[in-house]
Amino acid sequence: MSLLTLKVNGRSHTVDVDPATPLLYVLSDDLELRGPKFGCGLGQCGACTVILNGAAVRSCITPVKTAVGAQITTLEGLGTPEKPHPIQLAFIDEQAAQCGFCLNGVILTAKAFLDKNPKATEEEIQQALSGVMCRCFTHVRMYRAIQKYAKEMAP
Amino acid sequence: MTSMTPAALAALSRRGFLKTSGALIVGFSMAGSGDAQIGGPSPGSPPINQVDSWIAIAADGSVTAYSGKEELGQGISTAQTQLVAEELSVPFDRVKLIYCDTALTPDQAYTSGSQSHPANFNHGNLAQAGATAREALIKMASQQLGVPVDELTAADGAVRAKSDASKKVSYGQLVGAKKFKLTLDPKARRKPPGEWTVLGTAAQRPDIPEIVTGQFEFVHNVRVPGMLHGRVVRPPRAGATVMNVEESSVAGMPGLVKVVVKKNFVGVVAEKPWQALQAAEKLKVTWTPGSGLKNPADFYEQLRNQKLTRDILLVDSKDVEQKLGQAATVVKATYMHPYQAHGSMGSSCAVADVQGDKATIWSPTQGVWYQRSTAAMVLGLKAENVRVIFRRGSGCYGLNAADTVTYDAALLSQAAGKPVRVQLTRKDELTSENYGNPFLMDERAGLDAQGNIIAWDHEAWSPTLGNRPGPGTPGNVITGSLVGFEAEAFTPRAPAPEPRGFNNNSNGIPSYAAALFDGVPKGAGKVGSARVLVHNIPSPFFTGPLRSPARFQNTFAHESFMDELAWHAKADPVEYRLRHLSNERVIDVLKAAAKAATWDARPSPRSGIPKSGVATGRGVACVAYEGDNGYTGIVTEVEVDQDTGKIAVKRVFVAIDAGPISNPDGLKNQAEGGALQGMSRALLEEVTWDEQRVTSIDWRTYRTLPLGFPVPKVECVLLNRPEEEATGAGETSITVIAAAIGNAVFDATGARLRQIPFTPERVKAALNARA
Repeated sequence: MSLLTLKVNGRSHTVDVDPATPLLYVLSDDLELRGPKFGCGLGQCGACTVILNGAAVRSCITPVKTAVGAQITTLEGLGTPEKPHPIQLAFIDEQAAQCGFCLNGVILTAKAFLDKNPKATEEEIQQALSGVMCRCFTHVRMYRAIQKYAKEMAP
Repeated sequence: MTSMTPAALAALSRRGFLKTSGALIVGFSMAGSGDAQIGGPSPGSPPINQVDSWIAIAADGSVTAYSGKEELGQGISTAQTQLVAEELSVPFDRVKLIYCDTALTPDQAYTSGSQSHPANFNHGNLAQAGATAREALIKMASQQLGVPVDELTAADGAVRAKSDASKKVSYGQLVGAKKFKLTLDPKARRKPPGEWTVLGTAAQRPDIPEIVTGQFEFVHNVRVPGMLHGRVVRPPRAGATVMNVEESSVAGMPGLVKVVVKKNFVGVVAEKPWQALQAAEKLKVTWTPGSGLKNPADFYEQLRNQKLTRDILLVDSKDVEQKLGQAATVVKATYMHPYQAHGSMGSSCAVADVQGDKATIWSPTQGVWYQRSTAAMVLGLKAENVRVIFRRGSGCYGLNAADTVTYDAALLSQAAGKPVRVQLTRKDELTSENYGNPFLMDERAGLDAQGNIIAWDHEAWSPTLGNRPGPGTPGNVITGSLVGFEAEAFTPRAPAPEPRGFNNNSNGIPSYAAALFDGVPKGAGKVGSARVLVHNIPSPFFTGPLRSPARFQNTFAHESFMDELAWHAKADPVEYRLRHLSNERVIDVLKAAAKAATWDARPSPRSGIPKSGVATGRGVACVAYEGDNGYTGIVTEVEVDQDTGKIAVKRVFVAIDAGPISNPDGLKNQAEGGALQGMSRALLEEVTWDEQRVTSIDWRTYRTLPLGFPVPKVECVLLNRPEEEATGAGETSITVIAAAIGNAVFDATGARLRQIPFTPERVKAALNARA
């Protein structure tokens, strides 16, 4: 066990954990955040996605020690139900959810990609989401929400 | 029942009592139907016939509604909230809906089988409780205000005189947190759809803002003070049992609290989830070699050759062989559907707190009361000492590992004496859930000289093991079986007894059959001569309902075969279907889908197909879901790359009739998701195994469509039927899409696909087999 300090959603947290622990467990169990989720533990589905220094990463296969010093953003760090971030608002407006378990990975992956590629085409957005899953298959609405956000953000 | 139409009355008499009483369900067990349960509400559950079991009004006028039908992501909680708001004449946001908690809510069996809409939106249960409560409030107001009932109206949580708005009393003032003490009144007037202002609108889902901001509590997020984390160690091979567990192999591991062994159930409990996972991986367990599995290479032949079968006859007009003998043409084809996984994206999770002889359990189960009775058996506790609280899991789609992981958590908590959370690994989820049943289906039909169908024969083989565990069979899922409970017995039976009446819950009977019972046609079609025979056989893997269980498989066969018959008759596939249908509602959805797609009426395949390169085509399918529980027609447009065998679905047109539309956006969401989920099942999904174990263990080996594939345009046409009964909706589009894709591939290429999934290899084989 080691004392590690993480910067999550703009705040510092010191935790006493095995440094090899995947970041996901520290976020969801030590910090009790509800955004990042365990889907597969293999980096195959996207449910555990967080934004780490601007890039979408799979926290289930990221050892916590490698995240020390980085800016970590989870869904909670974007907005609140009262004041949602524009991409969260787009998903609300489009009612782009069924069970909602996948939305963490979908929203954060799309946001990280569009922040860096504001002029991305539909095909490029699709490519960016190629490793993200939604087993309720809410694809039609989720793409509508992402396009809506992309249009609003476009320079 | 003043507002009931003849059609509504007929539907009520057909299934009304059983389906609205909360005590599921009509009928008998058959391959994959899964949801059939006998027996009434659980002892101690809030009485179904009492208003107070469903509705409470607080002193401030806020309304709490209680339901036994839960939100799985299908949108039913929003629709139920709309329903209560509508019947009580209060704004949507003044209603709080609580569902599926054995300490609070009525027992409505499972949330499954497209039963929530019919059960709670017709003439009993939640809907009738709302109507009864509103009429009672108006009567109370009449006494208090001294105004006759028919001069009063209810709106915005108050009753007022129609002629004098100042004569007004609020619900809070009328009941003020007191109980109604009223029996549901079957004569209380439901608001007809023409008067709706809340129900029937596209009310937004209240849970979405919480989900997208990471505030929503899934079962995975339940945290209890002092909670530990568990992991299970499942048998590594089919049929393997525990010989020895070396606790010393994990001694001294950080955070380890306990190794738990109960018969063949093995698990560990640790302070943190990562510690539990490491201990579970390191724990040395010696297992017996196991029973082995039959070679999967000739799986479908093994099904056909099974000698011990349990036979079920759904319809038999007794003249099928005779009519086939008279036919100008007899057409035969065989269709195959594999084991498929629910594959919920988040692996299943539950939290249990077992303290002495009492337990509190947070579970994503579809049936809290049945989870309570069976968890009590697993724990050796009295059912009344167990409380099960539903918390949403990841997806659902039927009997995934939700119930089994709940037993896992309960067993580990009991052993540790502390609250324990268990989330399965991806591999444990995909290798030991209750898979959707495979089917081998033989279709035969006789055509007359004009190509009209004169007889239809359907014979199917389907393996089954276990099922939903309630109310008293925890051995129907793996954890119950590992601790020594038996799965429900497989009792061979042949020949099948005569059908007792029309029951098409499994969609085994094609929509084109008249299905005569006592001379009365019960089916949706005109073909008088029909036989449908199902052979259930034992399965090596646990099975259970997977969204549209058996209906998906049977409809794939029927609707593909219908296309083959249309080809033999040189007829347009839509016209050919219409020629054999009698049910107006199926006819209407079929026509609506064709119209939306601007259907190009002509026989399939199209003419002038190139032998290589990309070919395009369109396909159609339709169904009366479960015979009378939702209607859907679908058209798909596909591109087939004849060099690679890859299918790309470009456009999908779905028409749905689910009776009066409770929430059009929710219905659309279900239609869209169902179509694409069915597309993934049709194109990719298949459980695989070798001679020892299941080999589809993650998302590389159990393949499914991710977000990043070219998503087809999906257009929905919603047919509102305010005069009809509310039917199921969530399993309609998924039921028809596999056949519609296969039919479109045939139209494009002339190659017929008869085995799901339509992998590029199978498409190539079918292309090579073309004449």
